[in-house]
Amino acid sequence: MTDVRPKPAETEMPGLPEMGSGIATLDAAVGLSSKPLTPTLLAWRRFKRHKFAFVSALILLVIVLLAVFAPLLTKYQPTQSGTGVPLKGPSRAHLMGTDQIGRDVWTQVLYGGRVSLLVGVAVAIISTAFGAVVGAIAGYYGRWIDNVVMRITDLFLAIPLIVILIIGSKLPERQHWALSIMGPGKSIRAVVTILTLFFWMPVARIVRGLVLSLKEKEFIEAARASGASDFRIMALHLVPNCTGQIVVNTTLSVAAAILTESALSFLGFGVDPVVTPTWGNLLNTGNDFQAIAPWMIWFPGLAIILTVLCVNFLGDGLRDALDPKQAGLSG
Amino acid sequence: MLRFVVRRALWAIPVMLVASIIVFAAVRSAVDPVAAAARNPHTTPQALAKFKHDLGLDKSSLEQYWLWLKSFASGNWGRSQHSDAPVFPEIRSALANTLVLGLFASAITIVVGIGIGIVSALKQYSWFDNLSTGGAFLGLSLPPFVFGLILQIIFGTFLVTRLHRSSPVLPIAGMFSPGSSGFSLMDRVRHLILPGLTLGVQEIAVYSRYMRTSMLETLNSDYLRTARAKGLSERRVIVRHAFRNALIPIATFAAIDIGAIAGGLIITEQIFQYPGMGVYFINAFGNGDYSAILPWLMIVVAFVIAFNLLADLSYAWLDPRIRLD
Repeated sequence: MTDVRPKPAETEMPGLPEMGSGIATLDAAVGLSSKPLTPTLLAWRRFKRHKFAFVSALILLVIVLLAVFAPLLTKYQPTQSGTGVPLKGPSRAHLMGTDQIGRDVWTQVLYGGRVSLLVGVAVAIISTAFGAVVGAIAGYYGRWIDNVVMRITDLFLAIPLIVILIIGSKLPERQHWALSIMGPGKSIRAVVTILTLFFWMPVARIVRGLVLSLKEKEFIEAARASGASDFRIMALHLVPNCTGQIVVNTTLSVAAAILTESALSFLGFGVDPVVTPTWGNLLNTGNDFQAIAPWMIWFPGLAIILTVLCVNFLGDGLRDALDPKQAGLSG
Repeated sequence: MLRFVVRRALWAIPVMLVASIIVFAAVRSAVDPVAAAARNPHTTPQALAKFKHDLGLDKSSLEQYWLWLKSFASGNWGRSQHSDAPVFPEIRSALANTLVLGLFASAITIVVGIGIGIVSALKQYSWFDNLSTGGAFLGLSLPPFVFGLILQIIFGTFLVTRLHRSSPVLPIAGMFSPGSSGFSLMDRVRHLILPGLTLGVQEIAVYSRYMRTSMLETLNSDYLRTARAKGLSERRVIVRHAFRNALIPIATFAAIDIGAIAGGLIITEQIFQYPGMGVYFINAFGNGDYSAILPWLMIVVAFVIAFNLLADLSYAWLDPRIRLD
């Protein structure tokens, strides 16, 4: 409704000189480093200093590898029932126990990770790309385009995300246009589409804000004076200058998308548990057996927590590395 | 200031109207009001046509919207298609229950979060600050649908067997003990603890970080240096000058947050089967209860818009610098 409110998370943190870059330049000055100090190298050094982010990146790599090589790490299929005695706790044969019809929970968590990670990454990348384009256009042209875009995002932010998503998840059953865009309800494609539809808005707002301040800078004026087209200015001058923020935001969107997909699937409006296990719908199933088979909650739950925690740390480290003026969670 | 207030307040009216169009269009396209009736093999085509006519479904979308908006605005919200009970009292009591839980959780969250944030900022880079940073990351990564279930397992199963109790240590579902008669404050509060904790853990993380950032910003401001230079005691500098100014962004943030309570506790309510707005919505949506979903969503949206307005106004009131625009 208005833009006067500060966003506390986005406020800059004063008083903290960028110690990192200072030390790095000092190193170079006294000849400790023989490599030339490119911005990428500086960013890499700042990133490495964020130990949690570094370790998180490694853990995430392991999680991704586990998901990718799932078929090699288990002899069962995720939907295969009767692989063992139903509702039996963790054992040698079933590392994470079995569920109510004897499916192997370890297999389900591995394959569920594929879906959760795929949805998270796909939603983050598609929505960030779209949001960046919309935000750049709104910020660059200003006036009514800006007004229309910002008012629309305002409106959609007034409806709780999970409510829109629940309502949206029913659209393919009722509307042909929705079916052709989203594919059948409860499919992975439907979930990715509906999440993407509402994830681009915060990105658009961030990029718009950045573009608003950048477009007044001299180098944009110079580009315009030398006859660059609007498209060229946006694509080659404005958006690349937002890369740091965009990368950080994409990373954090992955965590948000994984959480949202899990929430939707947990409520039973996401991916169909009969066809495809995801961490969210595993929790939904496990909820009915929480008193007698808590491992059906522990393992998918821990998978979500660990992944989201690591993605958040990674995002924070990337912010320190790529966008040092911005204060992250760890300040 | 008055002009500012009036302008902002008036702006909320068109926003609400446009939102009502979106709400109507979304619900109308996703929910089939006659699906349940049409599935019933005893429904004759004539009865179905009459049903549609009674609901006004044979009119154009625009007419339907207008009729619905008129009856909604006049407080005539109709009856649930599922239970045939009037919608208004049901939503009212669901809203009251949700506000009790939401405000209970928010009050604790805000106090604890602000407290942690202040100490973190005053003792920047101390062990407490580092611990609260780590805690905030963990808290942010504990979604209600994982943390709530973990709490239910711990308090409903694990501790019960460990302590050889016959009933859960803390109630893990509902709003009051089954079979209890009359109102017992203690019983109600006990039922709020686990859902409140589930809601609070992420929010405490968020508030403590915001407060820390905001507090650090004021601590480094020029007027604080002035206050110290005048010879004010450190205590007075922190409490009167730093703390109060650092609260301004938090106050607006809290207003927005509280506005989101009405429709924002769906997952937690569902886990703990707390009879509030969230459970009402999930049931209504599952039943395709078109006449219950529309007013429900309007109330949720109205809350968000109203508290956004309140946030803007409170910000202008607390920080005179921005009234100038």
